[in-house]
Amino acid sequence: MPADIGERLRALPSGSAVALKLDPREYADHYFAVLNATLRDVGSETDAHTIYVAVTNPAAFVWTLAQALDVGSDRISFVDAISHIMMNYSNPLSNATYVDSPRALEEIMLRVEYLLRKFPHPRSIVVIDSVNSLAIHNPPELLSEFFHILLNNLKSRSVLTLVLETSEEEQTGLEQMLNLVVDETIDVAGAGR
Amino acid sequence: MAPATALERCATGITGLDNILEGGIPRGNMVLVSGSVGTGKTTLCLEFLVRGAERGERSLFLSVTESSTKLIQNLSTFEFFRRDLVDQGSLVFVDLPAVYDRLGLGKEELSSEEVDILIRTISDLVRSLGVKRLVLDSLTSVCYRFRKDEQIRDFMLRLGQELSDVRCTSLLVSEIGPNPARYSLHGVEEAIVDGVILLWNTRRFGDIVRVVQVVKMRGTAHSRAQYVLDLTSIGILMAPHLKGGREGGV
Repeated sequence: MPADIGERLRALPSGSAVALKLDPREYADHYFAVLNATLRDVGSETDAHTIYVAVTNPAAFVWTLAQALDVGSDRISFVDAISHIMMNYSNPLSNATYVDSPRALEEIMLRVEYLLRKFPHPRSIVVIDSVNSLAIHNPPELLSEFFHILLNNLKSRSVLTLVLETSEEEQTGLEQMLNLVVDETIDVAGAGR
Repeated sequence: MAPATALERCATGITGLDNILEGGIPRGNMVLVSGSVGTGKTTLCLEFLVRGAERGERSLFLSVTESSTKLIQNLSTFEFFRRDLVDQGSLVFVDLPAVYDRLGLGKEELSSEEVDILIRTISDLVRSLGVKRLVLDSLTSVCYRFRKDEQIRDFMLRLGQELSDVRCTSLLVSEIGPNPARYSLHGVEEAIVDGVILLWNTRRFGDIVRVVQVVKMRGTAHSRAQYVLDLTSIGILMAPHLKGGREGGV
């Protein structure tokens, strides 16, 4: 069990950009551990505000999990880039802003910027869930440019950025691309060992 | 290298734009804001005025195409708008058609004498109110009533001089088609102004992306890159236009 993820995240200097590598065979466990560590261990304990960029699952799904972790709506805001494209937009969340599709990469950057300005906070966390989902909809060159600009921007503003990545059996270049833009990669499976 | 003389800047209050303009538009400059429908020209201009009024610079919106009541109604949906700025007279809206009526300029085409009256009226308004920021929305609608290019040139040169004399920074809205070969209806306007800010819609995989680019800004070593803009409730936000390694983007 990846017990010390929260500890490792808390120890990171502000402005860090970190890839969190999840094993697809233990995805549910790993995902919940990451969510718990991010929203509770780091978010609540350091009084941070989390901006969650939802691409893999709609914000409503993640929000249900966050509520189960006793995270209040004042602690988390969503940039939902998947609900529109899934035609699943009938009950928008009050703490979410919706982007047309995961292809609207600049729009995602702008909505993160919007939330950072709307909820100015001494400590902010941005979670991007996930690089794999974004890669389904965007060519690699565009995705590299997106991560390079967004992560540098967030770093300059001392925002902790966590990029979720599911390990892939075949080399797709995603891991290499992320390695170029993040400060460190935490293998969630190995984190508790 | 720093310029020999740094020009005083009129910060637009739109962070992204001020960042690429070395802090803002040189004070007293006249700038064309060109774009097709739905690209955000009017919103950009309105935010420029609201931000100015907030800083204590009296701001004037000269509207040709939309009534002030409707503009203020639309503006009320933005969090950055403050109604008290209008109430206390820091942000002033004037419907130009009402001015035309009052001056007896109701004809479809204006003579040179009538153009002269129009310039003097705007100039008097700016001077009497102590206006430091002005928006004309749109220059295109005003120019429709001029018969010759010379009249446009004369109108712009004289208006530009009048505004520059009182250090009033102005944005003139230029309505153009979606794929224009130039930045204004007649092509004369862009040569006279001190700056051109171009807005347009482009497509990526079929989705519309709203883009802005500063084409010209005298006295400014500005960025010439393209930026995507978002008209949010807290104001205009800008991000670099991603190209994905391809000329013109994907």
